[in-house]
Parts: sequence; C-alpha cells; structure tokens
Amino acid sequence: MSSTESAALPVRPRWHQPFGVVALLFFIAAQAIGYFGTAPERDMGNLQKIMYVHVPAAWIAFIAFTVVFGASVLYLWKRQDRYDLAAASAAEVGTVLTGLTLALGSIWGRPTWGVWWTWDPRLTTTAILFLIYISYLSLRAFTEDEERRARWSATVGILGFLNVPIVYMSVRWWRTIHQVQSTPGTVDANYALALRLNAFAFLFLFIYFVASRYHLARVERALEARREEAALTGGPIHV
Amino acid sequence: MIGVEARRVAAIAWKDATAERRTKANFNAVVFLAALILLLFGFALGPEVEALQQAAGGVIWLTVLFAGVLSFNRSYEQELENGALDMLLLYPGDRRSIFVGKLLANLAFVLLVEMILLPTAAFLYDLPIARFVLPLGAVIALGTIGFVTLGTFYAAMASRLRAREVLLPLLLFPMLIPLLVAAVEATSAVLAGDAMGDAGAWMRLLVAFDVVFLVASFLAFEYVIEG
Repeated sequence: MSSTESAALPVRPRWHQPFGVVALLFFIAAQAIGYFGTAPERDMGNLQKIMYVHVPAAWIAFIAFTVVFGASVLYLWKRQDRYDLAAASAAEVGTVLTGLTLALGSIWGRPTWGVWWTWDPRLTTTAILFLIYISYLSLRAFTEDEERRARWSATVGILGFLNVPIVYMSVRWWRTIHQVQSTPGTVDANYALALRLNAFAFLFLFIYFVASRYHLARVERALEARREEAALTGGPIHV
Repeated sequence: MIGVEARRVAAIAWKDATAERRTKANFNAVVFLAALILLLFGFALGPEVEALQQAAGGVIWLTVLFAGVLSFNRSYEQELENGALDMLLLYPGDRRSIFVGKLLANLAFVLLVEMILLPTAAFLYDLPIARFVLPLGAVIALGTIGFVTLGTFYAAMASRLRAREVLLPLLLFPMLIPLLVAAVEATSAVLAGDAMGDAGAWMRLLVAFDVVFLVASFLAFEYVIEG
C-alpha cells in the first residue's frame, strides 16, 4: 500500500495557533497587572507576587486531574480512543503544573517559613498528587498495547482521583495532631482581582497545552499505524 | 447465584493458598525479609529502646509495606505460565470472583506474615503488644485489608509488564499514603495506651479507605484483567 492510500495525518484545528497567541498575551498582561498593579505586601513585600503563579498553577492542576478522571470514566463507558488521549494529555499538563506548584511553594516557603519544605496539609497533598500522577504516566509509558494501556490507565486515573479527598483529610488530621506550623493567611481583596486574572490566564494556557498535546498524540498514533502497515506489507515507510 | 460465585471465590483462594503452601518458597523469604527489615530499623534508629518504641508504629507499617509488596505480583505471575490466566478467564461466571479469590489468598498471606512480624517487633523493641491484642489486631486487620486490596488490584497490571518489580511499588505506595498515616497513628496510639482516644478516629479513616477502594477496585477489575 502506498502512502497516498494511507489515512491522512490528523490536521491541527485552525483555532489552536491564534488561541495560543491570545492565551500567551493574556498571561503576560495578567502577570504585569499582578506585578505592577498591586502594592507590595506589608510583611512579604514582592515575595507575595509568587502567589500569581503558584496559586493559579495549583488550581488549574486540580482541574487537570478532574479532566483525567472524567475522561477516564468516559473511556471505560464509551471505549473511544479520544477519551484516552484526552486523559493522557490532561495528566501530562497537570503533572507539570503540580511540579510547578511544588517548586514555587518551596521557593516561597524558604524566606517565609525559613524552610524549603513543610508538612503543610495542602503542600503535602499536592506532593502526593504529584506522585500519584507520575505513577499514572509511568504505567502508560510501560504498557505497550494501546487498547490495554487505555483501559488500565483509565482505572488508575479513577482510583487516583478518588483518593484525593482521603489524602487531604488524612494529612490534615495528621497535622492537627502534631501542630507545628499554621497555613498562610487568606488573600486580601486588593490581590483578588490580579489572582483571578492569572487563574484565567493559566486556564487558557492549560487549554492550549492540552489541545496541542492531544493533537500530537493523534499524529503519533497515525504515524504508528503507518509504520505497522509498512512493516506488514514490506513497503517503504512514509512518515 | 451468590452461592455459585462464593464457590468460585473459594476455589480461587484455595488454589492460590495451596500453591503457596506446597512451595513455601515465597512465604519463608518474605518472613525473613520482614525480620531483617525490623533488625535494620533497629540499627538505624537504636540502640536506645525509647527511640525504637517511639518509632515502632511507623517501623511496623513500613516493614509490612516493603515486605508485603513482594507477595502481590507472584499472585498473577503463577497464572502467566502455560496460559493459565487465559484458561481462568475462559471459565464461565463473574471475573470479579477471580479478584476476590486472589484478594482473600493475599490477605491470608500478609496476615500470616504479620503474625510473625509483630511478636518479632515486640521482642526486638520491647513493645507491650500482649496487653493490647484486640485493639492492635483491629488496626492491623483494617490497615492490611486496604493494603492488600490495592496491592491485588495494581498487581493485576504490574505483573504483566516488563518493569513489574519497580512499577508495583511505584503505583501502590503513593496511593497508600493515607492508609500509612492512619495505620501508623492508630498503632502508635494503641501501643501508648490510647490516652487521648485518637485510635478510634484513625480506625474510622481506615474503614473509609477500605470501603472506598474495595468497591472501586472490585468494579474496575473487569477492565484490568481482560487481555
């Protein structure tokens, strides 16, 4: 079979590029408003600005894992590849955002609390989530058969999500018994607008990243199908 | 219908238990490893007996986790030889019976290991376990049910992959953190006489964990075992 007869590679939807540019510009503007538009915090000074990346990253990471859960349920119900690819894309972006949350939290914690790491319930829960989704991605990486990978990782995605409230409860109780450090104070109204804008900026970037990753996964799959076809027919590989 | 499934469950559990009883290879190795880990913790945290007693709850549960995790993959590995798993799947009836059967066999295995491990820990660290047999037994049972449930579930996947030795703990341990926290706190509270009445709250968390993951992995097993 020649390449002209093979299925065409998936085409990138036209909204991706302009959406990505708009998301990036919105992100820059939201960061600028956060940085120049709000006064330095009384105690923390400019250190507080890290909140505009740290907090939105954490929120959107949580949204990402909700998407993984929803897409995993849909996959087991409908058995359509697109739900599996959507779950995988959201998990990858979510894991990066969780890693970012941890790194930024640590950078903020050092001058504020005097330590790089503290067993704060939210920080600890985030770290556990990070590990759970790393293991989700590892399972995907080690499972070669596509259909099996989709089924297996869907169950892991669902169980991992069910664990989130249990993890949070357990860590919080654990902390109240041991009582070492309190959580940082709530956010003043002055900072709320900039925080909200940045949350939306992260949401838009998240959508762009997931859509791009999803498209890439489809292209990868189409190429894989062509390679198999070439191997079976002994023909040249048209990639 | 329930009676038939119960017999299938019993048959699978009995088959796994018999295979283990006749070879004993795995049980002996896991028990010795558990004793060895307890001894190593003694060297790492000792020799002051107070320090060891303070850490005993955590030490016991980490030993259970590290030694117990070695038993789950074997539960499926023996099915992979000679296409035994395919035969098992061809039998009529609910496939979730396979999960429950293997779960029971693994539960018996880990509980037996613990019955040797706990007196060993009491012996090495001078723990008053004889005074708290009932509450301690309840904590151990609740923690072990959750541990074995997820272990049996994830091993159904990990045992069929190349990197099974490292993949199973990688999948399992992050999920077990709430269980570890609750089991360690409850065990430490019981061993200290439970003056604050903390053990009850942690045991309720263990019950919640067990119920959530028993139901979830029971329902999800169908998707994992096929193919």
